[in-house]
Amino acid sequence: MSDKIRTVEGITKESTQAMIDEALSVYPEKARKKRAPHLAPNDAASGCASVKSNKKTVPGVMSARGCAYAGAKGVVWGPIRDMVHVSHGPVGCGWYSWGTRRNMMSGITGVTNFAMQFTSDFQEKDIVYGGDKKLKTLLEEAHDLFPLAKGISVLSECPVGLIGDDINSVAKASSKDLDIPIIPCNCEGFRGVSQSLGHHISNDTIRDYIIGTREFAEPASPYDIALIGEYNIGGDAWSTKPLLEECGLNVKAVWTGDGELEKIAATHTVKLNVIHCYRSMNYMCKVMEEKFGIPWIELNFFGPTKIRQSLRALAELFDDTIKEKVEAVIAKYDPIMQAVIDEYKPRLDGKKVMLLVGGLRPRHTIGAYEDLGMDCVGSGYEFAHTDDYDRTAPEMPDATVVYDDPSEYEFEKFADTLKPDLIGSGIKEKYVFQKMGIPFRQMHSWDYSGPYHGYKGFEVFARDIDMAINSPTWNLVKAPY
Amino acid sequence: MSNLLNLEVKKIVETPPEEIERVKNWINTEEYKEKNFARQALVINPAHACQPLGAQLAAHGFEGTLPFVHGSQGCASYYRSTLNRHFREPAPAVSDSMTEDGAVFGGQNNLHEGLENANAIYKPKMIAVFTSCMPEVIGDDLTAFIKNAKQKACVPKDLPVPFANTPSFNGTHIHGYDSMLVSILQTLTEGKQIEGRCTGKLNLIPGCDFNTGDYREYKRLLKEFGIPSTILADISDTFDSPCDGSYHIYAGGTKLEDAADSINGKATISLGPYATPKTFAWVKDNYSGKHVSMPMPIGIAKTDDFLMKVAELFGKEIPASIKNERGRAVDAITDSHQYMHGKRFAVYGDPDYLMGYVSFLLEMGAVPHHILCSRGTKKVEKELQALLDGSMYGNGCKIYMNKDLWHLRSLLVTDPVDAVIGDSHGKFAARDAKVPLFRFGFPVFDRVNKHRYPLVGYQGVINMVTEICNKFIDIKDETCEDQQFELMR
Repeated sequence: MSDKIRTVEGITKESTQAMIDEALSVYPEKARKKRAPHLAPNDAASGCASVKSNKKTVPGVMSARGCAYAGAKGVVWGPIRDMVHVSHGPVGCGWYSWGTRRNMMSGITGVTNFAMQFTSDFQEKDIVYGGDKKLKTLLEEAHDLFPLAKGISVLSECPVGLIGDDINSVAKASSKDLDIPIIPCNCEGFRGVSQSLGHHISNDTIRDYIIGTREFAEPASPYDIALIGEYNIGGDAWSTKPLLEECGLNVKAVWTGDGELEKIAATHTVKLNVIHCYRSMNYMCKVMEEKFGIPWIELNFFGPTKIRQSLRALAELFDDTIKEKVEAVIAKYDPIMQAVIDEYKPRLDGKKVMLLVGGLRPRHTIGAYEDLGMDCVGSGYEFAHTDDYDRTAPEMPDATVVYDDPSEYEFEKFADTLKPDLIGSGIKEKYVFQKMGIPFRQMHSWDYSGPYHGYKGFEVFARDIDMAINSPTWNLVKAPY
Repeated sequence: MSNLLNLEVKKIVETPPEEIERVKNWINTEEYKEKNFARQALVINPAHACQPLGAQLAAHGFEGTLPFVHGSQGCASYYRSTLNRHFREPAPAVSDSMTEDGAVFGGQNNLHEGLENANAIYKPKMIAVFTSCMPEVIGDDLTAFIKNAKQKACVPKDLPVPFANTPSFNGTHIHGYDSMLVSILQTLTEGKQIEGRCTGKLNLIPGCDFNTGDYREYKRLLKEFGIPSTILADISDTFDSPCDGSYHIYAGGTKLEDAADSINGKATISLGPYATPKTFAWVKDNYSGKHVSMPMPIGIAKTDDFLMKVAELFGKEIPASIKNERGRAVDAITDSHQYMHGKRFAVYGDPDYLMGYVSFLLEMGAVPHHILCSRGTKKVEKELQALLDGSMYGNGCKIYMNKDLWHLRSLLVTDPVDAVIGDSHGKFAARDAKVPLFRFGFPVFDRVNKHRYPLVGYQGVINMVTEICNKFIDIKDETCEDQQFELMR
């Protein structure tokens, strides 16, 4: 949480509300009424959500949201490297989500990691007669062709739930026959209002099928932790895990970036869960707290200010050995980070950024922009809940616009009014704003760069933000004639 | 600890390195290949997407048209982001966000609300509706739903709202393209046929082609001929729009008026016999003028065929400028044939592209050793075989129908080739086999500007031969011994 309430020159609650009203003026009455509570000026002092969230998307407005399957396959299950993840249903869902999230994996593809696209490629006859038999056969084939896979997840696409297939029984029977965990995940895309339910369902399947089924071979230590909600986008976990280890902690499992099934299954024996993406994995932190008494802490690995605060908060939960190591780590990296800031801040100071990302980064990255001297003039999420917006309020300057599941039209209108120097959002938004001549970075995928987490990540982040905003190419957008 | 699989609690066991080594070698063996090809149910790394993606592409090819996904909202996000990544361009489309209650009550309410909102906010000249899985499984009646929408005035009565059933559990993106295109043409041309009228134009149906350069090339060639044309559907300006400081949601597309009048055309040529058979069959039954379906003009011979057909249909000579172009293309390939001659290729892709690649390779004296089609009929196989049979370079080449890119990997590591032609998804197999991948077709997610360069026409031949030969020369320069490293190649 930031110490003081900040403001941005020229932005007041009134100006923001006027901008919102103007954007909604073209909407039919019913849609306007539905959308209005999802758009509001930030009330930084309240520390509370100013908008409604986690509600059904209004049909036809052009939302950026995905579906439950996307949350299950793309986010939670997909990054586990030593499992075969079967997109169960027609060919498309798996094909579209194949290699497009940038959750990087170590190992050998097809041998020890399975960064591939496995699908049952449903045909008409599977819809008519059901796909359970096909599923049984394909699980055998997967086990046969990929003997080192530690398990298989079965991720349902829309038709599976609609035709009444029973993937749970097939998984249970095949799991026994093949002697590997086979986890059925009923994450059909029509369930819920966004990716978010897919995260929740996946957390529940980890709870029901996985957790507690393995134990670490080596003896426990008081410094055993798990890193939760770190998906190794662009190699993020390869920055954060070594950082935590440098602080003297044993990172026993990463959920689920470059993740390993058995280590995830043994996480119930760690001493502390460190969570980065609260939105997608708070459920399992709470389960492990209730069932196994494991405390958890939310950290922020974006930008030196937040990293420093996070590491100190983490150290508070351990003894002096860790406290000393953390101080040593901070002392080691502070000058390196200052050099990065000295290089880029002069070129970025006072620049304005607008954000629209998934469920974490619209608040967690604000500090990193501020480290570079930038102001966040608008932020919002595709699939956040009230607790995310509560956490967002103090991070954003007062009166700046907060948008929940905005339509492309709303986002474009706000950008048109606020004239940001940078927009950080997704691939669907990227080229819209670049056509408008507004610099843009994809903030889901790190725009094919990364890592952005940790000290190592901030160097890359600062370089990329500078590159986006100050590229001379933008000066050529307007023809001189 | 109890769990739903009744798994017993075990200690974590690391896989021994020698076991990893064994499997790593095993997946490159003939034995593994046999096992891999014996798969009945599991598909791994398919080289095709689902119908609605193609439907969205077709919709983007018309002026002022908003693609509208009737179904779960995640589907729309997937199609849009796929098109964004390939073209590096916006791909606006809406969804009516059906959820659980849609499964129970049907999707009519979502569709109506979605149409009303989309029309008010994005002010389209046409809304092209297509379906994803959910409404197809529950059996939504789009004909009735859209009729009701107009009656309820969710959209103006005169707004064209063509719709297509595009179930993802049937066919691939090319079939969705076909269904959407024919529906759009049926809607726009309704009542527009005028006895005795002839626009004097050529209607060109390029097929499910994701290369904006191809569309521009067709238009350029027809301009050289002096033949007025209507492209059905023209995505070139939609997905290759200028960056000039302003965003236009409908950046391009065939004028609706021209599309409507296309029914009175002088002739119609379909260049996607496998992508647009339904559209062509309907056009043949309903459009004025002559109708021809022929292969996509990739390679010299197929380009010759196309141009001669155009000349024949319009009673024109092939212009000297195009003859010179042919000469330059032939000059380019004769100058560089030695870099491709006898080189073995693995090729895969949608049937129309595939025919073109194979024809082009055979013309160059290269060998399309493995030909893999992710989804195709006996007819596709027969036509490919006929191409192989027509050339000595086709001897011993094999066609693999309805196989995926994990099959391709087995082929590449057991029976090696010099290069692969296909989309970006082939990069994994190509890397394992340590051969270059030439990214032609769709999607290309990992190289820039590829879609701007035509594959069709004589210019396409020059583009392909330049890229392929120079890559082989690069490889030689990068890998040869010092004493073999020389100025000239």
